[in-house]
Amino acid sequence: MSEELRGVVVCHGTLAEALVQAAEQISGIRGALVPISNTGCDRDTLEQRVLDAVDGRSAVVFVDLASGSCSFAVLKRLRGEPSVKVVTGVNLAMLVDFVFHRSLPPAEAAARVVAAGEKSIRIP
Amino acid sequence: MSIVLCRVDDRLIHGQVVVGWGRPMGINLIILVDDQVAASEWEQELYRMAVAPEIEVRFVTVAQATAELGEWQSNGKRGLVLTGDLETMAALHAASPEIIHRINLGGIHHRPGRRERLPFIYLTDQELHRLTALEESGAVISAQDLPTTPPVALRNLG
Repeated sequence: MSEELRGVVVCHGTLAEALVQAAEQISGIRGALVPISNTGCDRDTLEQRVLDAVDGRSAVVFVDLASGSCSFAVLKRLRGEPSVKVVTGVNLAMLVDFVFHRSLPPAEAAARVVAAGEKSIRIP
Repeated sequence: MSIVLCRVDDRLIHGQVVVGWGRPMGINLIILVDDQVAASEWEQELYRMAVAPEIEVRFVTVAQATAELGEWQSNGKRGLVLTGDLETMAALHAASPEIIHRINLGGIHHRPGRRERLPFIYLTDQELHRLTALEESGAVISAQDLPTTPPVALRNLG
């Protein structure tokens, strides 16, 4: 069986840490998600934090905003990397879905979390 | 109008620049002066994604910027000149001290040898001395991450 996907969550401020903590609380699965903050980072430092978190493994990288320092750092270093897929607009529903489907290939896992995230946005 | 903000920010174009400063100041032209980005179309595309379509973004080299500062000062737009490092902004000031007059230190983050001056400003002593020299040559320099926070004069960063 191939190695399970790693989830890396890259956000402004303390958002990634809070999202990961909440996803772990809901799912009971710990260690599947790595939070990264852009706080205090210049571009090079943030890019290195992301690379260290992915650590050469297959991964889905979640970013809060589709543009800005977090997505730029991720795309600059991981663009075109076949074992990594990047998903923007991260929300809690996406992360909870992801941790239960880490045996999927990165592209399938990414498509699945996007669907889960979009489905969770409603006006009830 | 003219160039209304000259900012050094090592994250280049990001939310704090576009939203934090751009909206209240009515910026409609962002000029990113960075030789590397000026040579990379895909990096330019990424940075454009961070900017509303009504704001024009130009990506230029230092050489292009020094040649075009006069045009930007008189083109009727409200412009923001953005550099990722102090050296580039110092070069622009040297080229046109009357246009690159007030310099905003918006984000200079930690690197080996730098010391925290403010949570968003880290400088080596050498960088601080060079900024002091720049101010002695006529520039007015302060650190301020957002318009809603008070500016900190260069002399208070030591």
